[in-house]
Amino acid sequence: MNSLDLSSATAAQLISALQAGTISSLELTQAYLQRIEKFNPAVNAVVTIDHEGALASAAAADQARAKGAEGPLTGVPLLHKDIFCTAGVRTTCASKMLANFEPPYNATVVEKLNAAGVVTLGKTNMDEFAMGSSNETSYFGPSFNPWDLKRVPGGSSGGSAAAVAAGLAPLSTGTDTGGSIRQPASLCGITGFKPTYGRISRFGIIAFASSLDQAGPMTRTVEDAALMLSAMCGLDANDSTSADVPVPNFQTALNGDIKGLRIGLPKEYFSDMLNADVATSIHAALKELEAEGAILVDVDLPHTRQGIATYYVIAPAEASANLARYDGVRFGHRCDNPTDLMDLYARSRSEGFGGEVQRRILVGTYALSAGFYDAYFKKAQQVRRIISEDFKKAFEVCDLIAGPSAPNVAFPVGAKNDDPIAMYMEDVYTLSVNLAGLPGLSVPAGLINDLPIGLQLIGRPFDEETVLRAGHRLQLRTDHHLKTPQLGADQS
Amino acid sequence: MPVTTEDVAQVALLARLSIPEETMEDVTGRFTRVLELVAELQQVDTDGVVPMSNPHDMEQRLRADAVTEENRRDKLQKPAPSVEDGYFLVPRVID
Repeated sequence: MNSLDLSSATAAQLISALQAGTISSLELTQAYLQRIEKFNPAVNAVVTIDHEGALASAAAADQARAKGAEGPLTGVPLLHKDIFCTAGVRTTCASKMLANFEPPYNATVVEKLNAAGVVTLGKTNMDEFAMGSSNETSYFGPSFNPWDLKRVPGGSSGGSAAAVAAGLAPLSTGTDTGGSIRQPASLCGITGFKPTYGRISRFGIIAFASSLDQAGPMTRTVEDAALMLSAMCGLDANDSTSADVPVPNFQTALNGDIKGLRIGLPKEYFSDMLNADVATSIHAALKELEAEGAILVDVDLPHTRQGIATYYVIAPAEASANLARYDGVRFGHRCDNPTDLMDLYARSRSEGFGGEVQRRILVGTYALSAGFYDAYFKKAQQVRRIISEDFKKAFEVCDLIAGPSAPNVAFPVGAKNDDPIAMYMEDVYTLSVNLAGLPGLSVPAGLINDLPIGLQLIGRPFDEETVLRAGHRLQLRTDHHLKTPQLGADQS
Repeated sequence: MPVTTEDVAQVALLARLSIPEETMEDVTGRFTRVLELVAELQQVDTDGVVPMSNPHDMEQRLRADAVTEENRRDKLQKPAPSVEDGYFLVPRVID
């Protein structure tokens, strides 16, 4: 298909080809649908394929372009994490609870990306209700890492990360409550960006922890992430926590250098928890940023470790409240032959939710219950403020904070299933960024025995521009983001 | 503080979950491990610290008190498991 290699194509390249008329959106969409058909059985990254809808929007995109009525992403194929409500297209959150749920409306993110012209190919696999760091809690079975099919892609946006890495779509959406965009992006060797809390409307995103949840782009390059982010952001009357701040032009923000930019390295991010090979890759990436003129400075984030405990009280507590809506009455799974209302609630919920979701609901309910509220929930909210203050202090001496996105490369499927704490530790570098509501980007920083690892760049609230610029400078200097996994019989 | 299977059963009742007898011990074990982890919170001195519920300490934004929604009952009830004449059906509550 011309000179386009879909296993590695970026949205920017596809847009150029569409503009030049060397390919139509219909051809492009058909080619990606074929790749999904061919490679998805091995990676299990896509749980719903919308053939008909995709081909119809591709045809409409070609017509719009012919009339000169195109948007910034017209005709570019995309996959949505199955947590975004898509009107009339099954939206499951990878749970039996919502296995047959067809939302009556679109999420704001879906509406906005549609308005920008994307062609939605389908929905991606994820940890059930976004609770997990390996994509193993999915009702549809795990998704597998395209770099090594015996390993996890990370989670919870594991399917979205695996799909972009495998070239099943150039763009995907993700959500990030404690690292769910950045950790899978790191493990699959792609670019993943969680913007500042409030940047993107949460309306129509199935709620996990409302004070932490934030959507973001998952792409091959920072350039594509900026393009997608511009289409996703903005104040939304349907989400009272969406931020009333001006949306800058993120593409223009990529221009310019990073000379004199102070990058803070928290010593807690380079402790013995960090795999030594990962540390080497991260230091090498930091050297590249230094060569671009950035100045590396030491900073302290002294409560990094307690961030895990804080998160694992606040997130389950908010989840237990959000998931109370699944009652077997209004929508979602309902048990057979309930004897009374209590039986209807309890059995519908325990049949519909998987083990990890039920455990988190239990922890959250406990932390919010009379007698324990002060010791757990209130205490965690207090530590949350201390963690947020730690970041503020660090940003007095630096403009950006850098470190690994995850402590390790992708681990084998099943390796951490028996130990919830080992799984939670995967998110040690990402959780506190959600607690403080900051923007965090993961960009590929190299391969360790053919397994990718990501560099995380953390910015001040609403300073996505600096984060993106630094990530883009790295990608102009290095080719880590251009590496793609070898899938069986791969061909464009 | 050790947690017993009775404690977990009580929390499950509050959470409207039905934990099968045979998994109770496993669930209690994992629950205990998570509580041990979150006990690390107690290491932090939080005297006088105001709890943070929103990362930007944002005030809840209010909309104008105006009717904006049209009646979409049929559309919104479409995903419901059991509906009759616009009502959600549940097992008999009052005999």
